[in-house]
Amino acid sequence: MISQEHKDLARWAMKYALSKGCSDARISVYSGTNNSFDYRDTQLEKLEQSSENGMSIQLYVDGRYASYSTNRLDKNELERFIANGIEATRFLAKDEFRQLPKPERYYKGDGKGLEIYDYDYSKVSVDDKMALIKENAAEVYGKDERLISVTASYSDGISSSFMITSNGFEGESDTTYYSISADTSMKGAGDSRPQSYWYDSAVFWDKLEKKNIGKIAYERTVRKLGQEKIASGVFPMLVDNTQITRLLSPIIAAIYGNAIQQKNSFLIDKIGEKIISDKFTLTDDPHISGARGSRWFDGEGVATKKRTVIENGVLKMYYIDTYSGLKLNMEPTIQGPSLLNCVHGNKNFDQLLASVEKGIWITGFNGGNSNSTTGDFSFGIEGFLIENGKAIKPLNEMNITGNLLELWKNVIEVGNDPKMNSSWRIPSILFDKVSFSGK
Amino acid sequence: MKRRDFLRAGSMVAIGTVAFPQIIRSQITNLKEDLPKMLNHFRVTEADLRKVMAIALEKGGDYADLYFEHTFNNYLALQDGAVNRAGSNIDYGVGIRVVSGDQTGYAFVESTSMEDMINAARTASRIASGSAKTPPVKIDEKVFKNHYPIVKSWEDATIQAKMPYLQKLNDRIFELDKRVTKVNASMNDSTSYILYYNSEGTLCHDYRPMAILSGLCIMQQDGKIENAHSSRAARKDISFLTDEVVETVAQEAVKNTALLFNAVKPKGGEMPVVMGAGGSGILLHEAIGHAFEADFNRKKTSIFSDKLGKKICDEHIHVVDDGLIDYDRGSVNFDDEGVAGQRTYIVKNGILNSYLHDRISAKYYGVSPTGNGRRQSFRYIPIPRMRSTYMENGNYTEEEIIASVKQGVFVDNFTNGQVQIGAGDFTFFVKSGYLIENGKLTQPIKDINIIGNGPKALADVTMVGNNLKIDQGAWTCGKDGQGMPVSQGLPSVLVKQLTVGGQ
Repeated sequence: MISQEHKDLARWAMKYALSKGCSDARISVYSGTNNSFDYRDTQLEKLEQSSENGMSIQLYVDGRYASYSTNRLDKNELERFIANGIEATRFLAKDEFRQLPKPERYYKGDGKGLEIYDYDYSKVSVDDKMALIKENAAEVYGKDERLISVTASYSDGISSSFMITSNGFEGESDTTYYSISADTSMKGAGDSRPQSYWYDSAVFWDKLEKKNIGKIAYERTVRKLGQEKIASGVFPMLVDNTQITRLLSPIIAAIYGNAIQQKNSFLIDKIGEKIISDKFTLTDDPHISGARGSRWFDGEGVATKKRTVIENGVLKMYYIDTYSGLKLNMEPTIQGPSLLNCVHGNKNFDQLLASVEKGIWITGFNGGNSNSTTGDFSFGIEGFLIENGKAIKPLNEMNITGNLLELWKNVIEVGNDPKMNSSWRIPSILFDKVSFSGK
Repeated sequence: MKRRDFLRAGSMVAIGTVAFPQIIRSQITNLKEDLPKMLNHFRVTEADLRKVMAIALEKGGDYADLYFEHTFNNYLALQDGAVNRAGSNIDYGVGIRVVSGDQTGYAFVESTSMEDMINAARTASRIASGSAKTPPVKIDEKVFKNHYPIVKSWEDATIQAKMPYLQKLNDRIFELDKRVTKVNASMNDSTSYILYYNSEGTLCHDYRPMAILSGLCIMQQDGKIENAHSSRAARKDISFLTDEVVETVAQEAVKNTALLFNAVKPKGGEMPVVMGAGGSGILLHEAIGHAFEADFNRKKTSIFSDKLGKKICDEHIHVVDDGLIDYDRGSVNFDDEGVAGQRTYIVKNGILNSYLHDRISAKYYGVSPTGNGRRQSFRYIPIPRMRSTYMENGNYTEEEIIASVKQGVFVDNFTNGQVQIGAGDFTFFVKSGYLIENGKLTQPIKDINIIGNGPKALADVTMVGNNLKIDQGAWTCGKDGQGMPVSQGLPSVLVKQLTVGGQ
């Protein structure tokens, strides 16, 4: 939570900035608390604790705009900081499109109701957190002579921010997080030492998975033993729910207003057009209670609401903030995604797997990138060869290459198993006709 | 907003050329004489340092250090023809670390008041559980050779002094090719005051500059849009900004973009790859550099864990990780644990010669630290990181290397790479290159990933060119959630076989 003192400081900074010649301003103060512990094999390896505070100031001066931030919150220093910032901003070129949002677009509620803050945060004892990682490491340690090392990590924290604008917005958001992960490393064939991990994260301590994180990391490592590459070819590709966001994120990046306005997108002028398979429908659902990603307002203070991003393959919106909206001469929507939700299919992961006669299941991407103006992609992958509905051989050191829109046109089926601890709840998806390069 | 990543991405470490868009002063000019100024800058005395140190060691840690940092970051950018956006960030604080065996306690505070530092020292001290140790009474001030002297600091550079260079970059890119439709030009500069004190009594300070100029060029031809990027980075003061650097970035951005309209994707599969001199150092960074970082080896999770002193590639190959190149993005006068910057042979005569050490791993292996203990800021613990990683020259000309390949690819422009430390699988993404057919460069290629296995790829380097070039781009390496400025270089080399993406 932001202290009253820091809220007052933000209000003072606003008054000061306006008195020194700003026509408008947006000022935020933020604070964070973070704790983390790593436990390797049989001992605590690392403990880290910190708390931090800062202020960020966006200034609109004589039709010009700049943004400044500092963690030096002493009033005398802030006075100099703001005055210097205003002075510096005056040298920039004018930009008529830099404006605060119209006040009617702001969120005006009391900030309650999202349930993304654990009021019992301070009640969780350090001993309980330590015990958690010790137990998860012990699930694995010494259980297999091929095991080289297991590290279980825990972290938690609070992050809070308070934002005001000169045209009437005032909003606060506070959220807690807890996260646990495990990494295991094993002796493989030759010199190879395959590694894998598992994790969970939650907004509430009570919702955090406390068992089997080490065990699942171990199982995910064991199944990689004996990885090899197979001959190049075109196969169906099953991407599981831990990896699927990698293939969606370039599409989301391509529908930001800035990308559209800068002609740095492969989805320019595509609103209302069918861009991908009609089996895919994506909504932005910002008000789900207790969910990571939920929020009442975006970084400009603009109220969020449920929106359809892609409906049966048809592109329904761009993410347009105030600046891009004015530049593009389009109605602004919202700055960016909050909580992405995908309309589920009927099959769970095992059923999707069972439906594949011959194909490849992707369990990890290794590097690669995509072209932001053409949608062409090429990624390194690891996973399994699927034959007759079964994963029969671990694969690595292969690439997939193609075009994102072509790929997403070739969706065979969308699963029903999104990862609920993520703000992008996208299930496993089966694609057809993907080019794999290997031997 | 400032929350750390929830997740460490397993054993993945990655590098990319994304330049992150991102005011008290007591400017340091002479590292030899300015310790009192630096102490004053952070408003601490030698007696304060000893007092905080005593608290850090009150539970019996083996080693402790205090890392003070005050960083000024500035950002300036051009879009749609006008320099119309700017930003600055100020970060100030001290990180306190206590080491007990190979266990680490860490806390940082954003103030240098005694009360806050004592609390942080107490938190970090809890990693140990023994009886108090006494820090040395004598302070041992160390002065290191300065590889990036500042004549005129970025702290003295006004926005109006920088603006014309961005405007020029924009104008030059438009002039160079009629197909250009958009330019994004930006520059970042930063200046860091660093003061370091450890439980051995070492006290040292540094004044670190950094600058990046980058240009993104977007072109349109026959309804098709392509873009490419170029950047230059250096640990340099205002003298970094010249008409020459602007011209270099403009030329390169235009050339890299124009090439893409005629480029194809190759047919994928295993084939010989000629890595052109310069940015191809990404091969070293990913294929072996990370796997030589000693933390992975100390924990035995690196594929090179058992290879120290063993022959791993051709005896004519020497690979260096160098912190001493004047004004280089990866250079360090001393690392972030008070160890002098050095030039470390990781591979000499084809033999794995040294890991890249921080203090913890050096102690574990019983060797001297190599000056690779680096951290993103006072918010993070130092860990082994690369500096400037490159291969020394061999005897072949680039023409000879290309001529030796019947069918393969030539690559020299990359955006990012990644490696899995234990499996050894590494990748890098090729923005552009060429097909090699019968010993000649033919059709341009673009947007393909190349994947290989570290030890095998190194053993497969069969020809090394005589044209070593250290790439001056803005490379930032990511590991354990910490971004670190690095550089890399390579003479042209032939890797006998890698798996190339394609259709």
